[in-house]
Amino acid sequence: MPKITVNNKEIEFENGMTVLQACELAGAEIPRFCYHERLSIAGNCRMCLVEMEKSSKPIASCAMPATEGMKIKTNTEKVEKARKGVMEFLLANHPLDCPVCDQGGECDLQDQSLYYGFDKSRFKENKRKVKDKYMGPLIKTIMTRCIHCTRCVRFATEVAGVTEIGAIGRGENMEITTFLEKSMESELSANVIDLCPVGALTSKPYAFEARPWELKKTETIDVMDAVGSNIRVDTYGWEVKRVLPRLNEEINEEWISDKTRYACDGLLKQRIDKPFKRENGKLIECSWDEALNIVGSKIKETDKNQIGFHAGDMLSMETINSLKELAKKLSIPNYEFREKPFYLNSDNKMNYIFNSSIKGIEKSDCIVLIGTNPRHEATMLNARIRKAFVTKKIPIISFGDPGDLTYDYTNAGNSTEDIKKLLNKENETSKILLNSKKPIIIIGESALELDSAKFILQGIKKFLKENNFINENWNAFNILLQNASSVGAIDLGFFEKNNSFNFFNKLKNNEFKLLYFIGSDNLDFIKSNEFIIYQGSHGDRMAQIADVILPSPAYTEQNGLFINLEGRLQKSNKSTYPPGSSKEDWKIFNLILNNLKEDEIFKNFVELRTDTISKIKNHTDFDLLPKKTIQDLKFESGSFINESIYVNEIDYYFSNSIARSSKTMSDCRAARSKKLNKITGS
Amino acid sequence: MSVKKVYDKQPDTFEFTKENLVLAENILNKYPKERKKSAVMPLLYLAQNQNDNWIPLAALKYIGKFLSMPYINVYEIATFYSMYNLSPVGKYFVQVCTTTPCLLRGANEIVKACQKKISKNENTISENGMCSWTEVECLGACVNAPMMQVNRDYYEDLSKNNIEKILDSFMQDDPIKPGSFRNRKSSAPENNKINGNGINNA
Repeated sequence: MPKITVNNKEIEFENGMTVLQACELAGAEIPRFCYHERLSIAGNCRMCLVEMEKSSKPIASCAMPATEGMKIKTNTEKVEKARKGVMEFLLANHPLDCPVCDQGGECDLQDQSLYYGFDKSRFKENKRKVKDKYMGPLIKTIMTRCIHCTRCVRFATEVAGVTEIGAIGRGENMEITTFLEKSMESELSANVIDLCPVGALTSKPYAFEARPWELKKTETIDVMDAVGSNIRVDTYGWEVKRVLPRLNEEINEEWISDKTRYACDGLLKQRIDKPFKRENGKLIECSWDEALNIVGSKIKETDKNQIGFHAGDMLSMETINSLKELAKKLSIPNYEFREKPFYLNSDNKMNYIFNSSIKGIEKSDCIVLIGTNPRHEATMLNARIRKAFVTKKIPIISFGDPGDLTYDYTNAGNSTEDIKKLLNKENETSKILLNSKKPIIIIGESALELDSAKFILQGIKKFLKENNFINENWNAFNILLQNASSVGAIDLGFFEKNNSFNFFNKLKNNEFKLLYFIGSDNLDFIKSNEFIIYQGSHGDRMAQIADVILPSPAYTEQNGLFINLEGRLQKSNKSTYPPGSSKEDWKIFNLILNNLKEDEIFKNFVELRTDTISKIKNHTDFDLLPKKTIQDLKFESGSFINESIYVNEIDYYFSNSIARSSKTMSDCRAARSKKLNKITGS
Repeated sequence: MSVKKVYDKQPDTFEFTKENLVLAENILNKYPKERKKSAVMPLLYLAQNQNDNWIPLAALKYIGKFLSMPYINVYEIATFYSMYNLSPVGKYFVQVCTTTPCLLRGANEIVKACQKKISKNENTISENGMCSWTEVECLGACVNAPMMQVNRDYYEDLSKNNIEKILDSFMQDDPIKPGSFRNRKSSAPENNKINGNGINNA
């Protein structure tokens, strides 16, 4: 490996590194504003100046490739003077409004001016003032503070894949804006807030809410989709003030989707804080004992075959496990976690997870989407696909029309007939697939809802196995599930195993007498005479038609395990307390059993968690991928029907009860549907 | 100078005329197919020529679609370069050079005359709609300072004695002949002085 000398210390570096990266390796910290590891290099802030031997001028280390034998100094007087000069220019037009700036306390400019700033300004001319721009309901702009690092411009173009932010004008008059001040059409837009090194782009919903040092920070897991992004929840008192991304190279890198970040204000609204019962058509508050008595007597008097349990989209594995044990104890046969009847095969863990892994997408050289819109179903996964597309220009092919995915793809047909052709190696797609070394096929829930779902799933699996795309090193077979609870629920077997969809038929024909919905709000269901128990955190769709409501905590308010779509087991931590008299889900199940004079299932949470982990298939350890199970693959044949593949539209900003309660999400939804085009910034 | 203001009364649509469409295709042919974005600057200029010397937003979008590039990138380019006008200009668009050589030779007088004859502020169209003026940086005719550019012609060797007459001719829509106003041929020496090649001023 080539060697470089940094401050008289010789170190080895990898080819292709910049001087800045080599200096970091040597332990010399370089100040920077425009440079960011995950974005292209701009080299326009000049803060990273270092001294290089044989160069009369200091060099911008972020843009200079490191070469063999370079001698770099980062701690000389010359370097410090150069950086102080740069800082003085940056501060010349930067307002002194730190006391009213939301970035205060976590501002790169503030931190670095501590080391390189002068105590007073020598700038006698007028400071420039820039008009604030409208950038949508999430991003608050104070453009006078902008130092033109162009991180936001590069992020929008490169990572988010929407070239909507740009720099207009030039020189001193350069301004960052979107075209005609339209809101940014991306699910990743709010990441520019984290990227902005100053307070030019700050969070609109969080404006003037709190200072970073007075927030309690809890590291946890996101449940808005099945990706399981790593997040940090910042709370002030019991209120969740904001959600920030946490670095995890395997899953979300350092980005999160707008829904993950901003649905959190839904945790403060529409909350169920007390038990309710319905009397004369109206929901009235009642005590826990009253509510549990009603639930107990209803369960006792109803025929067990006419009771249905449905688990929601954001439940932890502990909740689902204890719920299943409850159903077992009461010998209730009807339980389900799916929100729509889609084909599911749980013989082998490989059949329902994303086997290539999210990081594996970067290694892939061909991606085939079948009936899925990853942009809305798994935003962070889509960002990885885009990354692979941008860096390697890989071919991406879709069966079904998912709309704009932020990268170019070819549509290979919209019917199952086209997939049959693929499997028979009769079309172009099969040629591209067979010529690739590490392909990825992603089957979405929309495809699994088809009548020929079994044919597709089993056929693709067989096709990949026969062509050696499923082996020890690479598994090209992927299922993209949409909900955070899905993989966990399948592992725990909380669904009908034979794919006959009895639960959904009974639900549709109103054959149930008693329905128990646990955090479940997305079911397509019209009530007739059922008695409905709703247990959950938000007064959403199901709570409105419920006869008894039991309050339980939301995902930030109880500990839990979640398995993401790759099969990675992650711990979600309690960051705040639930409002009112909410009780944790597994405790409520115990209370119901007490009421029925039955033994409790789990005595304490530790016992519950241990039992839950023991039921996970192919379990390895926390934060790791599950064991591979490609030896004992079974292949079945499914019936083929020629039908069109329709990619189900998701109401992205309204996809779960927390998001539906969030004002920010409904603002985003309105902005997206172009109703709010001309609203000016706050 | 500040960021160019976008005119508030914008036309709804813009399309190249048949003749310009041919020209646009010719421009496109100069660049490789996968790099057709490179044609954005000549196409903006074409649009400006077609639309009375200014580019409406509809034209920015039209060119964005024409070259399949994001609108914001076209917008960035149009605001970066000072020769693209994003608001209407007069039929005679007077650009007065005020960079050092011209300034030393009295460009201030030219600016004052513009303020008096055309409009008080730059980039404002005169009351009769004929003229607008703006200060610009060096136009590369320092030997003939002070000077100004009107549409595509250079008016050189100006002074406060003749500038008002020249501006009046534009205001009356009867433009005076461009060139040197001290009877020089291009930038050659005046009054029969010998130039560097030993040739007299013709």
